[in-house]
Amino acid sequence: MKQKPMVEMEQVSFKYEKEWVVKDVDLSIYEGQFLGLVGPNGSGKSTLIKLMLGLARPDRGSIRLFGEPIKKFDQWEEVGFVSQKANSFNSGFPATVLEVVKSGLVSRMGAFSFFKRKHKEKALEALKTVEMEEFAGSNIGELSGGQQQRVFIARALVSDPSLVILDEPTVGVDAKHVTAFYDLLGKLNKEQGITLLMVTHDIGTITNHATHVVCMNKSIHFHGASEDYKEFDDDDLNELYGHSVHQLTHNHSHDEVNRS
Amino acid sequence: MIESLMQYQFLQNAVITGLLIGVVAPLLGVFIVVRRLSLIADALSHITLTGIAASLLLEKRVSAINDWNPVYMGMVFSVAGAILIERLRKVYKHYEELAIPIILSGGIGLGVILISLADGFNTDLFSYLFGSVTAVDRSSMWTVLFITLGVIAIVILFYKELFVLSFDEEHASISGVSGRFIHLLFIVMVALVIASSMQVVGILLVSALMTLPVASALRLSRSFKQTIGLSILFGETSVIIGLFSSYHLSVPPGGTIVMTAVLILVMTIMYKRVQKQLLVKGEAT
Ligand SMILES: Nc1ncnc2c1ncn2[C@@H]1O[C@H](COP(=O)(O)OP(=O)(O)O)[C@@H](O)[C@H]1O
Ligand SMILES: [Mg+2]
Repeated sequence: MKQKPMVEMEQVSFKYEKEWVVKDVDLSIYEGQFLGLVGPNGSGKSTLIKLMLGLARPDRGSIRLFGEPIKKFDQWEEVGFVSQKANSFNSGFPATVLEVVKSGLVSRMGAFSFFKRKHKEKALEALKTVEMEEFAGSNIGELSGGQQQRVFIARALVSDPSLVILDEPTVGVDAKHVTAFYDLLGKLNKEQGITLLMVTHDIGTITNHATHVVCMNKSIHFHGASEDYKEFDDDDLNELYGHSVHQLTHNHSHDEVNRS
Repeated sequence: MIESLMQYQFLQNAVITGLLIGVVAPLLGVFIVVRRLSLIADALSHITLTGIAASLLLEKRVSAINDWNPVYMGMVFSVAGAILIERLRKVYKHYEELAIPIILSGGIGLGVILISLADGFNTDLFSYLFGSVTAVDRSSMWTVLFITLGVIAIVILFYKELFVLSFDEEHASISGVSGRFIHLLFIVMVALVIASSMQVVGILLVSALMTLPVASALRLSRSFKQTIGLSILFGETSVIIGLFSSYHLSVPPGGTIVMTAVLILVMTIMYKRVQKQLLVKGEAT
């Protein structure tokens, strides 16, 4: 795999106030990969993704998407994104599931173009992939958290992207659907060749599905094939992060929910 | 009223202007409400009043200026205020909402000074505060028509961008939508519609015409399009009933229009209640 990377981050650093949240990150994602991004709460995973998508600007370093500097990048239809905040939106918002999913097509449509029948059909198709088509006419706020999450996944997939980024998409989704969800991701990656980047806490499950794993805590401590990651025992992991992973996960699990 | 409507041009002006703003005020109101920008509408209506006061003062003091329609100065101030709010939001990155009270109180402060320099309150000013069925002249009716058509065209053209920006700003950004441009376009439209509406509903009640019909529509609708449709229906109904009763009761239309909108809101809330109770009863039997 020596083709041009889809995402290319070089020496990227970012701070909100004074403290570095992301430090000296070098990360390239190549076509066809399924990358699991893991790390303790507050380790900068969501921030790294925001930087990657141009939602935050790095203080140092350079970021390229599909070979273009992020500032000049405009092929947004190639990128699907499910934010960690996806289900903390204004739940009183008067929109149907179909309207929300159709909005995922805006990147594919030019200025001054309107939603037509074909867009509706495309949206229904995306809803079918996440098994939500019978809810097309429902108000988005009336669905359960897990159902909303699936709708946002449909919104990310509707424009036929070649890169999909998911930030903790399984939080709040019940176990039954999590299994189906991983199957879906596997299909997207293997059958449709979609490149995936998924942030998760579920280290055990992700290593069984992803081709590669990245562990970060402000900077990247491990980046390699899932097989290699599975070899590590707890002591190795603690060394990787420079902290105790489990302890950190415990201490910060509450702030994380409020913060994001 | 129908007979007088045939007879008097001023009444025609007021009714036509009323019907136009009955469409555009709730139309923009939907976006204002879902984006939680209601306070901006209030701030802009107050700065419009400052513009009107400035115009009245100029008319008094500068003899070359007579017969200026204060509405235009109101529009200029309103649009300038909108742009200023956007500027200030960038200055106070962490306290974006501070921009609104700064403009609001600055507008009222300057307005009060200008009003007293122009020798205080007179009937003109009263009609700007609460609306009037006699104050709209032909030229401003045409201006409002022009603004209405422009706003409707822009909302249709940028519908998908406005929707995605209202629902999820982050997603708008990664859809390649220029949030800044769309937002500026939107806020300038709001400023123009507020200045247009002011002649009929009055400064103090403009934001009510933008938000109350939407509040009612939100109780009943599932989709965004339906919310827009119902908001316009409720806004238009309020304007028609409000103007009619204003004429017959000889009270300012601002009061009657807004009270009609309040009545509609109460009715939708009651309707929802009854519907729920019937549902519970239906399940019980
Ligand atoms: N908007 C923000 N303003 C200030 N600090 C933030 C903001 N968002 C996140 N942070 C801080 O940045 C750090 C990394 O956060 P985040 O990227 O959300 O981590 P993760 O997704 O790995 O849990 C945390 O310490 C958090 O407190
Ligand atoms: Mg996160």
